[in-house]
Amino acid sequence: MTATTSWEELVTSALLGTDRRPSAPAAPGQDAPVALLDAAALHTVRRRAGLRPAPAAALPEPAPHDPRTPLPEAARHRLTQLLAGRAAPSGGRRGVAPDLAELLPQWLAAANDHGYRAPASALPALLDAARARTDLRPQALAFAGPRGLWLARLNSDWKFALRGGFGSAQPGGPDHGAALPAPDDGEAVRRLWDEGLFAERAALLGSVRATDPAAGRALLATTWATERAEDRLMFLDSLRTGLSDADEPFLEQALADRSRNVRSTAAELLSALPHSALAARMARRASSCVGPDRSGDDAAAIVVEAPHECDAAMQRDGVIPNPPSGRGERSWWLGQLIESAPLATWTARLGGRTAEEIVALPVGDGWRDELHAGWCRAAVRQRDAAWARALLGPPTTPPAAGPGTQSLAERSKLLSVLPADERSFWVASFIAAHGLSEAFQLLGVCAVPWSEPLGRAVVDALDIARDAGSYPWSFSGVMGLAERCLDPGEADRLEVLTTLPDEPEGASPGAGGYWSEAFQRLVSTLRLRAAMRSELAPAGLDG
Amino acid sequence: MARSVVAMNQQGVRWTAEQVLALAPDVASRRAGSKLGTAGPWSEAGSSGDGAVWGLCKGSGSKPYQTIVDTTGPAYKCSCPSRKFPCKHALGLLLLWAGGEDAVASVQEGDVPDWAGTWLEGRRERSSAKKKETPAGDGPAAGAADPEAARRRAERRAGRITAGAQELEQRLADLMRGGLASAERAGYGLWEETAARMVDAQAPGLAGRVRELGAIPGSGPGWPVRLLEECALTHLLDRAWLGVERLPEPLAATVRTRVGLTAPVDGPSVRDRWMVLAQYDSGDGRLTTRRIWLYGRTSGRTALLLSFGAAGRAPQLALPAGVAIDAEITPHAGAGQLRAELGEQFSVPVPIDSPPPGGPVAAALDSYGHALRDDPWLDSWPVTLTDVVPVPADGGWQLADASGGSALPLTASPHSRPGLWRLVALSGGGPVTVFGECGHRGFTPLAAWSAETAETVALT
Repeated sequence: MTATTSWEELVTSALLGTDRRPSAPAAPGQDAPVALLDAAALHTVRRRAGLRPAPAAALPEPAPHDPRTPLPEAARHRLTQLLAGRAAPSGGRRGVAPDLAELLPQWLAAANDHGYRAPASALPALLDAARARTDLRPQALAFAGPRGLWLARLNSDWKFALRGGFGSAQPGGPDHGAALPAPDDGEAVRRLWDEGLFAERAALLGSVRATDPAAGRALLATTWATERAEDRLMFLDSLRTGLSDADEPFLEQALADRSRNVRSTAAELLSALPHSALAARMARRASSCVGPDRSGDDAAAIVVEAPHECDAAMQRDGVIPNPPSGRGERSWWLGQLIESAPLATWTARLGGRTAEEIVALPVGDGWRDELHAGWCRAAVRQRDAAWARALLGPPTTPPAAGPGTQSLAERSKLLSVLPADERSFWVASFIAAHGLSEAFQLLGVCAVPWSEPLGRAVVDALDIARDAGSYPWSFSGVMGLAERCLDPGEADRLEVLTTLPDEPEGASPGAGGYWSEAFQRLVSTLRLRAAMRSELAPAGLDG
Repeated sequence: MARSVVAMNQQGVRWTAEQVLALAPDVASRRAGSKLGTAGPWSEAGSSGDGAVWGLCKGSGSKPYQTIVDTTGPAYKCSCPSRKFPCKHALGLLLLWAGGEDAVASVQEGDVPDWAGTWLEGRRERSSAKKKETPAGDGPAAGAADPEAARRRAERRAGRITAGAQELEQRLADLMRGGLASAERAGYGLWEETAARMVDAQAPGLAGRVRELGAIPGSGPGWPVRLLEECALTHLLDRAWLGVERLPEPLAATVRTRVGLTAPVDGPSVRDRWMVLAQYDSGDGRLTTRRIWLYGRTSGRTALLLSFGAAGRAPQLALPAGVAIDAEITPHAGAGQLRAELGEQFSVPVPIDSPPPGGPVAAALDSYGHALRDDPWLDSWPVTLTDVVPVPADGGWQLADASGGSALPLTASPHSRPGLWRLVALSGGGPVTVFGECGHRGFTPLAAWSAETAETVALT
């Protein structure tokens, strides 16, 4: 055996074959292939035994310090469980076990409220969860904190986390979120704004605007003329935060923008400012179209004369001239005028009437739906609770007979304008009067956990549905919401519903068992939420 | 009897959810188990101080499933029809138990329900009976009715292996003569056929090597070098077997093990506080191999427990990473062999309090180099690295000494694995302690510890 032959020579001769390229000199009586293998074995073992470390690449910049409190032990295990259950296949019969994936959002929200730091080892699973579900992102990334962003930079799967806008959702902590400068650090803000990537700049503008709206607007104004159209649109959109009359001159100037989308966004923002000049112009236009009916004795009706043209001035104020297919252009223009005019216009225009009285007035020539729909959009845009209340009407009135709109999506938007208490009280009364079949979207805008009257109304309605003999999956949407939104304290009161009832007359076969199962799941989910909540309670309080 | 020993020990600390989930035989069971890990479907759940947990789980039928787990085994019993092992009910029950006293209360010895007590009692009797038996049954002769016949069988098998080794030598020589380039053209079929011949020769160790040789030409750039290395080491093993009677005994035992003969379990058993550093499975569809790395706190010894499971079943033995057990292990024979069998356990698992001692990356490579002197066929050696930082480098990752300078590349396999990212997250750019396998392909991280938490982070 010999070790004098170099490894490269051995490889070459092995590749080509010793018949063509003998290399290792064979001992007497030894075949060339065997000599090659002997030499190669010696080389291999020697190389492996003599392995030395590689030169180290530059060490990474350490993750920024995260001053938040570590998670309590039990909560850490719960998080692991929720993240492991996240990917569980949905669909099929749900049985009595809680749906863990649906509890992750509120767990994250609660953990963030307490200001806990995410355990480092859970960050990859957390980022994966946020990647799969966009609705989780703000809370998940806030919880993941600076180390989460540090980690996301190293894996292209998680680059969504770097697109910005999420870090600022995080409460507390001076150096939270992305590596953004403090909003009041003028020089650093200025530098990032001038040199940063779009995502960083968008996040920066958002965070500055959130703390000092005027500074945010001023920052945007410095480079406004040189931004690209799509960037202008995104930046303009961030002015929604902290929108005030002080923004009017800037927005008024943006009405002359080269880009149509920028113009219409500027117009929309201006119309949300009832004292703006644009709102006044819209009020004038709308008033010329809608007014009291003078033909009768006491003007107790509204007449509508839709606009006959969409002139250049209207277009400059954001009115879009071309209707979507299937709509008449005059009613299309009218709708845009109504939604952009300040609602206070109508009290003045219609004899000092309140919103309720105006909404109750008859409208001539079949314009009622168009007019009310416009008012609904205006009430949402201007966050006008009095008008929203009037347009929703009393909750006991059947939706088809009431004022405003029948669209559940529009109604839930109107509800979101009302104060939280009033909102849940309205929905509770609605459910008590009309049952659950149309309640799903309305429940979605109610504050969590549900107020006691709302919770009672939902549970009572479910109980009634069970007694009526229908299957629980007709109510699976509401049931799922109840699992997530009912006050966990209600679990004991609900226990009685989990028993298997006698099958009522005319019930769907087996429905009782499924209801019992659904209520068991509801109770066990509420218990789990109570446990989650107590696990997250700061040490010393949870006993 | 054995139980009284256990009972005198401290109360077992409940496992963590991570440790429970590590027992799952597959991803589907993991998910299904997670869904059952909440109070909803469970009733009459309880646990005893000596590591037994039980509960009734409501399933789709009218009768709930009876699920019982003995965590000291661990051993599982469930009245469900699942062939998964452990089944989702057992996993769910353990998750519930991991949740703490509120979820599954501890009960006194006498309050164990009958349906659980019967099985647990049976297990205890069996295990104490086995213990009494063991000292009596002496060596391999126990059970073998006719030692002479056994010797003849062993000789016949050795003869067949020798014939197989000679045939393999011939194949390797032919390969060298014709060149590796032609082997690439010949494709995998040639190797499959040779591997089948080695199976016929009752040399599973050789068969496994040959199959790996067959996979190398398709393994990407640089394959000729790797193929030559592995051919040479296979040749070395062939030669060693053919001259095995002239080798010193520890090396001979190693050669026999490498060829595929099961080494006898001998040597004195070692009692220690064994830390479970890692548990991971690998498999080829037909057989799942579970590797469990142990480190003895007092002896400073590292040991490997192997457990096998047929397709669809998780191997029986399961020890979650991050616990320590007071137990005896018995090593297998052979130089540089770390394999051992788990013997009697004197305590329920408790969480480990600190990582095992370790060293810088250079010391890790040194210990691999030393281990090669006893077993030149070793691909890797278990080591603990202290104060290392995961660093991205050249499209891959390395573990570098925090003081800078030296680094070990990570093996390619974990790159796709979530474990790498858990390691990077845990480090956050700072120093961590990492246990793993260090070898000529690089370092495979298996568990990590950070100074910030006491948690053992499994990377498998």
